[in-house]
Amino acid sequence: MMTRKKRRMWILLLCALGLGSATALTLTAFQDNLVFFRSPSDIMAERPGPDRAFRLGGLVEAGSVEREPAVSGQRPTVRFRVTDGAHAIAVTYQGVLPDLFREGQGVVTMGRLGVDGTFRASEVLARHDETYMPPEVADALKRSGHWNPAEGAAPPPATWNTMDPARPAAAGRTGS
Amino acid sequence: MIAELGHFALALALVLALAQALLPLIGAHVRDARMMASAAPLALGQCLALIASFFCLMYSYAINDTTVLNVVQNSHSLKPMLYKITGTWGNHEGSLLLWVNILGLCGAAVSGFGRELPTALRARVLGVLGLISVGFLLFTIKTSNPFDRMWPPPPDGQGLNPILQDIGLAMHPPLLYLGYVGYAVTFAFAIAALIEGRVDAAWGRWVRPWSLAAWSFLTLGIALGSWWAYYELGWGGYWFWDPVENASLLPWLIGTALLHSAIVVEKRDALKTWTILLAIIAFAMSLLGTFLVRSGVLNSVHSFANDPERGLFILALLMVYVVGALLLFAFRASAMIPTGIFAPVSREGAIVLNNLLVCSITAVVFVGTLWPMFADALFGMKVSVGPPFFNSASFPLVVPLLIAMAAGPLMPWKRAQLANVVMRLWWCAVIAFAAFFAALLLSGQHVMPAVGFAFAAWVIGAAVADIADRTAAFRTNWRNAWNRARGLPRAAWGAAIAHAGIGITAAGIAGMGLAQERMVALAPGESTTLAGYEWRLEGVRDVQGPNWTARRATITLLRDGAEVRVMEPSRRFFPIARQNTTEVAIHTNLIADLYAVIGEEEAGTGKAVIRLHYNFLAPWIWIGAAIMALGGALSLADRRIRVSAPNRAAARMVPAE
Repeated sequence: MMTRKKRRMWILLLCALGLGSATALTLTAFQDNLVFFRSPSDIMAERPGPDRAFRLGGLVEAGSVEREPAVSGQRPTVRFRVTDGAHAIAVTYQGVLPDLFREGQGVVTMGRLGVDGTFRASEVLARHDETYMPPEVADALKRSGHWNPAEGAAPPPATWNTMDPARPAAAGRTGS
Repeated sequence: MIAELGHFALALALVLALAQALLPLIGAHVRDARMMASAAPLALGQCLALIASFFCLMYSYAINDTTVLNVVQNSHSLKPMLYKITGTWGNHEGSLLLWVNILGLCGAAVSGFGRELPTALRARVLGVLGLISVGFLLFTIKTSNPFDRMWPPPPDGQGLNPILQDIGLAMHPPLLYLGYVGYAVTFAFAIAALIEGRVDAAWGRWVRPWSLAAWSFLTLGIALGSWWAYYELGWGGYWFWDPVENASLLPWLIGTALLHSAIVVEKRDALKTWTILLAIIAFAMSLLGTFLVRSGVLNSVHSFANDPERGLFILALLMVYVVGALLLFAFRASAMIPTGIFAPVSREGAIVLNNLLVCSITAVVFVGTLWPMFADALFGMKVSVGPPFFNSASFPLVVPLLIAMAAGPLMPWKRAQLANVVMRLWWCAVIAFAAFFAALLLSGQHVMPAVGFAFAAWVIGAAVADIADRTAAFRTNWRNAWNRARGLPRAAWGAAIAHAGIGITAAGIAGMGLAQERMVALAPGESTTLAGYEWRLEGVRDVQGPNWTARRATITLLRDGAEVRVMEPSRRFFPIARQNTTEVAIHTNLIADLYAVIGEEEAGTGKAVIRLHYNFLAPWIWIGAAIMALGGALSLADRRIRVSAPNRAAARMVPAE
């Protein structure tokens, strides 16, 4: 039987070991697996390499969704453009789009940028609610000048979602 | 009128909760028997007021009362009655009302079952529960009143989000909340013990059933949520490491640790301060889960449009309760004197190791879940942490946990010999290696799933070894073993069954590593093959539902030319919400799920996009979870727990759920 002091030391040692290994695991996994969010303007400013996956978000440009004619026995391909009002990025996606995917609405996609400048999405994220605007997308729209905080409160997400990027808010394109 | 009644009942509950928070706590402090005795009737009264309030809201939903704002926003007259009723808690306000209702029920249960508790302890526990109730009732009434009126009333409501119109989701929140709120009770016990400065085996005996019950409900709730995501979202996956899923996993993990350390408190009178800390953290994690879901600070598939004011309020509540509890812990924890002494290699040692590993996993999940929020707030960095992070960071911690959980139950208390454990488990290791090589060979060199199968076999084998050891099945004749098996305490069976459940879930997860998927465009009459089956699209037709229209595909499943089954996946359109949902067709034989989804149709050619999955052992994931909960329930029915529980007459006084 060991003394209380000795036992406490054991437990503390084990705790330190557990926490230490958890921290080490977390940090190494972070290094490889953190996924950054980029808006179309971010990509135009600094083009990420094709080896790093990231999330691209913005509005689905109105009128940009094109479905390739279906070929029997093959995966369907969809093309669309994601815009933040200032710039737009072409996206291709092989698969079935989520139920809430719509032109003019906020979208977040995950994938890699091809050498031709087209974003190859491996995932198009679904939302549960049409009045919901992903916070990163709202932020990207803010940064691209769609909403100037100096001009008052933000418009409700529902109107952002249906905003036609072809006619951006006045403050938007003049600056860029 | 009914809505006003509900609102009044809610306000009444708040007043009663306030009295329940103050009188017993003060009474216990000044040793006033009458004030302490007020706790139980107050808890019962609060519970009744809350139930009345809940039924008022449910009634407003059932008759589709369009003068109630909450009904207008979340219901519609065309919705089937079942979803009108379940829609009561399918929204923010209603689900909060459910939350406080369950808290009220827990309070009533403590006052009903707790007649044999020392008077002061019971008064303090109920007082702390009252304090929690006050906070959440204030929150409900102040920011999320479900009984707000709307005038003039619109002709009809806006409808419930179509993906919530599902029986799985109707049951998911109540079960999850039973788990979350159950940890409020263990929290209240922990705070009461800190105030009294005393933790003994009797305290452990009281905390254990509550943590068991909360854990079992949480297990079921999480499993149901995962199953719902599997068949309703139609992505073919069962766990996405989504922030909100993680938010329910965090209290489950801490709850698992608490469950085990409470045994040590009860049996060996050791690990007291640690158990109290776990009880506090478990409730903190429950509150965090509520905060994450209800505030919308995290980017998740569960994020509905949310109100930041509500998020701040819950955050404030979280801070008050958790910081208050931790301060109390810091000042009072030193008063707990441990008496049980044990060697590192012993049952207690194994449980400490379990706690350590489970807490490390919790830390990893916690950091991964909250990091995007902190990175945004501190550095303005927009990052997300996805499944690869959680998989690679938690896997190295799960492996030793699974190894250790096999050995723990076979060790005696106080001091164990590793050699004895190895002697009882060697054949499990042999089976695990056999499973590994068999899986590797049969699956075609998929290493990770094979590792998963090996661990599943190891854990299930160890559960069998545990029972075999206790019944001496290998050493005596079967009649003797049978008698011993019948005489085993139910808690021993419960533990072995719950551990085996983990193994079954692990096998299911490993099996899903071998899942096959195929997405193709097919014209009617064309077919494709997947997993040895031929899937033939017969056609797509229109179907009319009560509040939706649908396109339903007919897919014939053939094996070697013979028809196995007809599957009918569909895509529903809800005109009120202008939203589509996916209705998956699943054919299961308990070994594998055959899973079909219909996507978009091409105008003109009549081709439809069909996504097919062959999900090997998928049902085992949820069967395993159900078995874990069953183990918990069996433990709960143990005689030793019931002995300290009330007599039958007292149990009957508790309002039925």
